[in-house]
Amino acid sequence: MTAETSKHLFGSGHTACAGCGQAIAARLVVDVTGKNTIIANNTGCLEVFSTKYPESAWGVPWIHSLFENAAAVASGVEAALKYLGTKDKITVISQAGDGGTADIGLQALSGMWERGHDILSVCYDNEAYMNTGIQRSGLTPFDTNTSTTPIGSQSAGNPRPKKPMPEIAVAHGLVYVATASVGYPRDIENKVKKAVSIKGPKYIQIHVPCPLGWRHDPQITYDIGKLAVETGLYPLIEYEYGKLTGVRKLSKIKPVEEYLKFQGRFKHILSSPEQIKQIQAIADSNIERYGLKVESVSAPQDKEAGPL
Amino acid sequence: MKELLEGSQAVAEAVRLCKPGVISAYPITPQTHIVEELAAMVAEGKLRAEFVNVESEHSAASVVLGAVATGVRAFTATSSQGLLLMTEVVFNIAGMRLPVVMTCANRSVSAPLNIWNDHQDAITVRDSGWVQLHAENIQEALDLHIQAYRIGEGPKIMLPVMVNMDGFILTHGLEPVDIPSQEQVDSFLPPYNPLYKLDVENPLTLGPLVDPDYYMEARFAIHDTHKDVLRLIPLIRDEFQKAFGRSSGGLVEEYRVKDAEKVIVAMGSVCGTIKDVVDILRQKGKKVGLLKIITYRPFPSLEIYKALKDVPRVAIVEKAVSLGSYSPLLSEIRSVFCGKKNPPVISGFVIGLGGRDITIDSIKEIFKRLTAKQISEEYIDLKPELLGDEFV
Ligand SMILES: Cc1ncc(C[n+]2csc(CCOP(=O)(O)OP(=O)(O)O)c2C)c(N)n1
Ligand SMILES: [Mg+2]
Repeated sequence: MTAETSKHLFGSGHTACAGCGQAIAARLVVDVTGKNTIIANNTGCLEVFSTKYPESAWGVPWIHSLFENAAAVASGVEAALKYLGTKDKITVISQAGDGGTADIGLQALSGMWERGHDILSVCYDNEAYMNTGIQRSGLTPFDTNTSTTPIGSQSAGNPRPKKPMPEIAVAHGLVYVATASVGYPRDIENKVKKAVSIKGPKYIQIHVPCPLGWRHDPQITYDIGKLAVETGLYPLIEYEYGKLTGVRKLSKIKPVEEYLKFQGRFKHILSSPEQIKQIQAIADSNIERYGLKVESVSAPQDKEAGPL
Repeated sequence: MKELLEGSQAVAEAVRLCKPGVISAYPITPQTHIVEELAAMVAEGKLRAEFVNVESEHSAASVVLGAVATGVRAFTATSSQGLLLMTEVVFNIAGMRLPVVMTCANRSVSAPLNIWNDHQDAITVRDSGWVQLHAENIQEALDLHIQAYRIGEGPKIMLPVMVNMDGFILTHGLEPVDIPSQEQVDSFLPPYNPLYKLDVENPLTLGPLVDPDYYMEARFAIHDTHKDVLRLIPLIRDEFQKAFGRSSGGLVEEYRVKDAEKVIVAMGSVCGTIKDVVDILRQKGKKVGLLKIITYRPFPSLEIYKALKDVPRVAIVEKAVSLGSYSPLLSEIRSVFCGKKNPPVISGFVIGLGGRDITIDSIKEIFKRLTAKQISEEYIDLKPELLGDEFV
């Protein structure tokens, strides 16, 4: 099967939901890495909606094996390319959802990183196990209403904050680690470009809103993505060789309600000032930690095309 | 010329001669010597391969999956818990029609934890679609690895092959073995050149989601290919004999079965012991024999039927169980004779689990106990003093 498609290497005709952030991000990534790319994909929405036999949305060689082993499969692909002497001409990507990355696939991913394979790992972070019906993952945010962290008289939603995957990646000594968001498509492209220009293991975690799972209007996917960044809840950062080298600064930081209020998964929070305060505290700590706030008004940097 | 080698060394030599481009494995006793040996060969430049040291067997199997999907021959080896941890990938490799070759240094399965030999590990993945071969001795283990790549990589086959060799007994035992030359192996085994692979010049999607409209055919196709494997394996055995000058492999081996009144059916190294007992008893005029199963998957029903149909009494001697039911080989061989006229009396014996010694006396006793009355299934050499009162 090959994708009979246009100029894109991830074509239309896949079966993603309207407004799926992951489909947009996946296309941006592969269009940057180009036709000399081989992708190993974990099980998850992306795999399911892009390769329903006998169709495929992929214009590059692409392999899916299991839910948790794309990193190991990619390691095998990379080792084979090394053996064949063609590695330098080909970009290998290992990609997965947040569950496939941060939970069930973390062991294989950690092994791949530690071994130093020249592979780009991409995590499409839609903050839950979407493919199986919006169950909580290690990257589900605090207080989120999911199908396995439902709200109730004894529950305010997911009781834990997001697992710090970028830090976990940095701790592995990766050459490049970044977070990105579908709200900033040019930024995704630039980061992918930068990542593949450096030899070694690298990780990009892309925030991809999911209208079905987050219960937001499919028309505002980009805006939701932007709001997560603008509130400080999803800071866009870059590490090179372990050092924080890039932070998308914000001239005006919005209160977290601006982000929460468009999403059904946070509806229960809106009537609870206490819970909003807790989530604002998460944003505030990010703002502080990464210095997200632009101090001088003369240097606004939150324009999509602006430098990091 | 023959060299005295440990079984693991012999297998590593066989693998080296097959020139895999990628090797990946995770250590587990008794598989370790095989992969250590290969690592040393790579380290010394005797074998040009990427050796990927992974963090688990799940990843070892996934790495070789990825490598073979990229068009490069690959090898892995494991045992016991390692194979069980791989199970998900084991099924996946077969489903994706990737001719990986793996050694299973057969070992029991926990609990209780036990590192010694039986066949429970391999039996557990018998339904995965892999071709499963069982070696009786070290020479055969070496030879089967070379044949395994030929079998699996056949363009009409494209299936993974597991070469089983008894842990410790064969992996750590020493035997004089004949190591073929590189030229011999090269002319027997062409380079791996698959019809489909991950290739940027011809981008394919491998491992798609398949709905009920397509799934069954994909599974049936594997099953159907196993019938081709049944036809192919004897041809490869014959070709191997021509090229290497010795007979190795095949579906089954009949040892003094013609005219036998009692035959034991078994797999793996215990066949050596049984052959000795057969010789001893034959000298005393007893008409006994052995049917050795070399190819366990695909299951050679026809060959088994032909070999046993005129034998009045048969014992299945097995190092694996299906707890709560009859042992796997026993069930399958009984089913071969289901509905057939005048079937043999087929008795079942479970023996040697977790490395318990299988003695000449035990085998003699089994032959002795084969009477006109079928023994439904019995565990041999149990220690009553270790069992609770309710068993006595
Ligand atoms: C071993 C195993 N466990 C569970 C599943 C079921 N499963 C398939 S996809 C999936 C969720 C994927 O979540 P994520 O990785 O976040 O990707 P998303 O679908 O959200 O994009 C689950 C739980 C599976 N296929 N394999
Ligand atoms: Mg997800």
